Amino acid sequence: MIHSLLAVYYREMLIMRRRLTRLIPSWSVSPLLYLIAFGYAMGKNVAIDGHSYMEFLIPGLIAMNSMTQSFAIASEINIARFYWHIFEEIQAAPVSDFSYVAGEVLAGMTRALLSTCVILILGLLFGVVLSCNLMFWLGVLLNSFVFASLAVGLAMLVKSHGDQVLLTSFVITPMAFLGGTFFPLENFPSWGQTLIHLLPLTHAAKAIRAASLGSTPPLFSYTVLAVTGSIFFAISVLCVKRAKD
Amino acid sequence: MIIVTDLSKRYRTVHALKDVNLHVKPGELFAYLGPNGAGKSTTIRILTGLTQPTAGTVTLNGFDLKNSSIKSRQQCGLVPQSINLDQELSVYENLTIHGLLFRMTREERDHKIDELLDYVDLSAREQSLVKELSGGMKRRLMIARALMHSPSVLFLDEPTVGLDAGMRRKIWALIKKIQQKGTTIFLTTHYIEEAEFLADRVAFLDKGAIVVVDTPANLMATLGTWALDRLIEDKMEPLYFNEREDANQYIATHKESFTLRRVNLEDAFLSMTGKKVK
Repeated sequence: MIHSLLAVYYREMLIMRRRLTRLIPSWSVSPLLYLIAFGYAMGKNVAIDGHSYMEFLIPGLIAMNSMTQSFAIASEINIARFYWHIFEEIQAAPVSDFSYVAGEVLAGMTRALLSTCVILILGLLFGVVLSCNLMFWLGVLLNSFVFASLAVGLAMLVKSHGDQVLLTSFVITPMAFLGGTFFPLENFPSWGQTLIHLLPLTHAAKAIRAASLGSTPPLFSYTVLAVTGSIFFAISVLCVKRAKD
Repeated sequence: MIIVTDLSKRYRTVHALKDVNLHVKPGELFAYLGPNGAGKSTTIRILTGLTQPTAGTVTLNGFDLKNSSIKSRQQCGLVPQSINLDQELSVYENLTIHGLLFRMTREERDHKIDELLDYVDLSAREQSLVKELSGGMKRRLMIARALMHSPSVLFLDEPTVGLDAGMRRKIWALIKKIQQKGTTIFLTTHYIEEAEFLADRVAFLDKGAIVVVDTPANLMATLGTWALDRLIEDKMEPLYFNEREDANQYIATHKESFTLRRVNLEDAFLSMTGKKVK
């Protein structure tokens, strides 16, 4: 099992290594623009819970970016599936559905970790030093586990690359703006807060922000992420079975 | 050895395969011949575990495809119709990934890569990116990749589609060479001459059902040895003769324009199904 998992992961890593010089700038552009527009220009004189807006924003951006980058594995899978037909090569090999999902999820998580490092470096350029402790990295890992698992499952369900773009628009984009990235959730009415707490990104932003700003880590949020990720992972394994027409 | 029993596949309203029964012997080169849409690729997809059948069973070297899917997949190599190589990766990397998927050790992989690249005449391109290769090179690389884990059964789905005549001949020689090493080969094609040149036995497939299974020689012998093509109302109507002299005599006694040629598998297919292969 571990062999085939590593084979799937190795393939994704080889492709990523080939594209790294293009990927790193692409991982930097959006966070950099958010930092300039919201952090530097708009939030210059804003303080939240004793922290500057920039300090509040960067952990949120890390949560958002680790979500989008781990979810981006869905696009890689779809390109391999619909354009290059490489999914067939893996399906025809003695690779279990579990190993395939695990390999792809691990690849998604690696992308998320690397893009997190890019944001941390950008943060340093803006003078923000976060505490990158164990709970911080655990939050990033669990968040990317949730969204990479979701991505693999959805990539198996969609029938074309166009459907994938739609899913990103309807699932990922709203979450990015409502999941506590840019503003404190306390600004919402209580019913809104209840709804927003159903989003995994909200828990990821809370966990990563608390860990990086030295607050007590919200264990409930870590549990929510671990359980949600495991459920998405199990569903993804079933979706791979379904993908065989 | 491949044993297929009562295999059927239905896609909503389309019955793609209807009760297909096959028995491919070890070391045999078995060609599956039919027009586009006859069900050739569907059969290969089922036999390699890519598609689930609606009914029926498949056994590959004694392993049931449904109950021992991992073991049966280890038995077979697949060269699909469309090029499914990682274009951004090198020849070496593509082969390495395949070796990893089939649980080969580093030593086994490197040894096999050297051997196979030499075999398919691509040693000089080991570090080239796949996107830099020609169509024929990509086809040869796909065959090398399918042979990486030394499968006992090799499935070739239209392996020469889109290639020029010279490259097609080169691939045929490679396929023959693979068979001589003892590999069972299951080949789908709509190139008549390909089946005629390569196959030990041929199955004619039409509308998802097998019409006949026999050797190319036996199938052609049912019609005769010589064919005389004549144009009747914009359609070529062949006449068949056992002896060339009889055909020449027919030409001499008729004023129409004829073309005399040897009987081929296309004639056999046409007479049994009423349609051309292509």
